[in-house]
Amino acid sequence: MRSRITAAPYLLWAVLFIVIPLVLVAVFAFTNTGGGFTLENFKNSADYAPVIFNSIWLSMIATAICLVIAYPLAYVISRRSAGSQRTMIMLIMLPMWMNFLLRTYAWMTLLENNGLINKLLGFLGLGPFEMINTQGAVVLGMVYNYLPFMILPLYSVMVKIENSLVEAASDLGCSASDTMKHVLLPLSMPGVTTGIIMVFVPSVSTFVISRMLGGGSFMLIGDLIEMQFLGNAYNPNLGAAISMVLMFIILICMALTNLFKDPEEKEGLLL
Amino acid sequence: MQNNNTLISLRNISVEFDGQKVLDRISLDISDKEFVTLLGPSGCGKTTTLRIIGGFVDPTEGDIFFDGKKINGLPPHKRQVNTVFQRYALFPHLNVYENVEFGLKINKIPEEERRKRVKEMLALVNLRGFELRRVGNLSGGQQQRVAIARALVNHPRVLLLDEPLGALDLKLRKEMQIELKRIQKQLEITFLYVTHDQEEALTMSDRVVVMRDGEILQIGSPTDIYNEPVNAYVADFIGESNIIDGIMREDYFVEFAGKMLPCTDSGFGKNMPVDVVIRPEDWEISEDGKGQFNGVVESTIFKGVHFENIVDAGNIKFMVHTTQEHQPGSRIGLSIIPDYIHIMHKMGKDETLELGALAADSLLTDEEEAASEEE
Ligand SMILES: Nc1ncnc2c1ncn2[C@@H]1O[C@H](COP(=O)(O)OP(=O)(O)OP(=O)(O)O)[C@@H](O)[C@H]1O
Ligand SMILES: [Mg+2]
Repeated sequence: MRSRITAAPYLLWAVLFIVIPLVLVAVFAFTNTGGGFTLENFKNSADYAPVIFNSIWLSMIATAICLVIAYPLAYVISRRSAGSQRTMIMLIMLPMWMNFLLRTYAWMTLLENNGLINKLLGFLGLGPFEMINTQGAVVLGMVYNYLPFMILPLYSVMVKIENSLVEAASDLGCSASDTMKHVLLPLSMPGVTTGIIMVFVPSVSTFVISRMLGGGSFMLIGDLIEMQFLGNAYNPNLGAAISMVLMFIILICMALTNLFKDPEEKEGLLL
Repeated sequence: MQNNNTLISLRNISVEFDGQKVLDRISLDISDKEFVTLLGPSGCGKTTTLRIIGGFVDPTEGDIFFDGKKINGLPPHKRQVNTVFQRYALFPHLNVYENVEFGLKINKIPEEERRKRVKEMLALVNLRGFELRRVGNLSGGQQQRVAIARALVNHPRVLLLDEPLGALDLKLRKEMQIELKRIQKQLEITFLYVTHDQEEALTMSDRVVVMRDGEILQIGSPTDIYNEPVNAYVADFIGESNIIDGIMREDYFVEFAGKMLPCTDSGFGKNMPVDVVIRPEDWEISEDGKGQFNGVVESTIFKGVHFENIVDAGNIKFMVHTTQEHQPGSRIGLSIIPDYIHIMHKMGKDETLELGALAADSLLTDEEEAASEEE
């Protein structure tokens, strides 16, 4: 009984800010402008399949790059002394204190045709290279913005892996790659799945990055949805339907990554 | 020192951590199939010595040889050595069976044989039926036995055991001591064993290495170490002792506690100050007035197999072990035969009090001083 009373504020919060909005989105998605029930919105959202696939594809690439960068980095940090661990984690979080838009603007000016990077390359007699408004720039933006979300969960599981386990593995005949495969990877799996979700989800639904670094030349799901609500293509019903499709995709992703998890370590998801 | 049987050889090994010398020029030869125990107080460098052989620490100076080949810098997985770690280091994501199987799997032993060996080993450490348990849920003693099984199952040429029985109760520890000794004989594995339990060291080992402050004080068979400790420190560490100031009046005669007694030692020179070591169990008890020393029993404690008495013999107090009970306040006589009077070169007084707290160098200088005084 007691626990029910103490849980009440959270329950209220959850209903107000999670359940009701979700129901509203669902209601929009299944109705037409007149308010009648329809599946038309979902049929229409199928027209945008290429955009959806492109979003997923770019986000997957960004997530993979983040994982490749973050995994060794997190491991290296986790083996340092406590003091230097704190400093390095601080440095990684530092850019996150800056406004998201500002950070992305900074990349715009760097990548522009007459931006800083091309100017520097010009001195060396190279370029100019077309970097802004490419898919590569969008992926770069995603990696740059969401990399900390990969590093932090990985780091937090890796600090818990005692060095003596690595030593025990090599004592029992493991080369570095064996140790990786049989000890480090299984033990850090909860961090890997959490990191993947934490990078993939915001990447697949972003619209700022694609607008600013992709120049709007190719849309992502996020742009599409935003256009339906705030843009000139105004159609909240279609927007809601696409949102639900996106949610469905994300749920599938999470279910897939969860498959790799040990039942006892499911709580890693909550990190 | 080095014979053809030598399997591991440490040559003048020094180790420093952050400028702090943890091992100071230690040399040690371990023969094939030998059971060697490192014995010493906490922090004296036992684990560090094992880690050098296991490949986890590189010596700052000195060389390590395995089977005649220098193996400095060789990574652990390329050494024919397995370790039972002081803090177990079991893999939390694997169950008991998988933990024990780990080394065999890595070394690509066929499934059939793996199963057989793991089963055997689990039976040996009394963990049959625990195969599917997660290691995190095991008690300390059970984890320790998994750690032993995980290392031993690989049949390494050398097994390094870092206080492998520390978490076990007395009965189980005694059983495991016998079991380990039997396995060592049967599989003909060289054991390098670490403990700070002197009884364990003396009962199990072929040779005991007594360490202090990163130095080796004495290497010898258990009986050598017990009967002929090189100094009062070793004597005290290896078993309870009366350490008494004495003067070697001449060869075979020592004076202590106001008495001149015959002994079996010689070569100390005339009127040389020495430490006299007498084991509490070596006293002969007689009626009051008939002993070389006579005194009052000040206190007595029952220790299971014997009584530990403190006897006040006027100007000195002795620790005496007896099988019969003597009431405090009663008077008894104490005698000692020459064989049981052990004479040792003097160490600094405070060194005997604060075991191991002092720099080991002072031991040397004391001996050097003693040597110069002799002339
Ligand atoms: N990685 C390290 N960095 C710094 N100092 C260390 C390190 N490893 C060991 N030491 C120091 O070296 C000394 C010897 O340590 P070691 O672990 O070898 O002792 P030990 O004899 O095994 O003690 P115990 O019986 O308590 O296990 C200690 O003073 C310890 O603090
Ligand atoms: Mg130790």
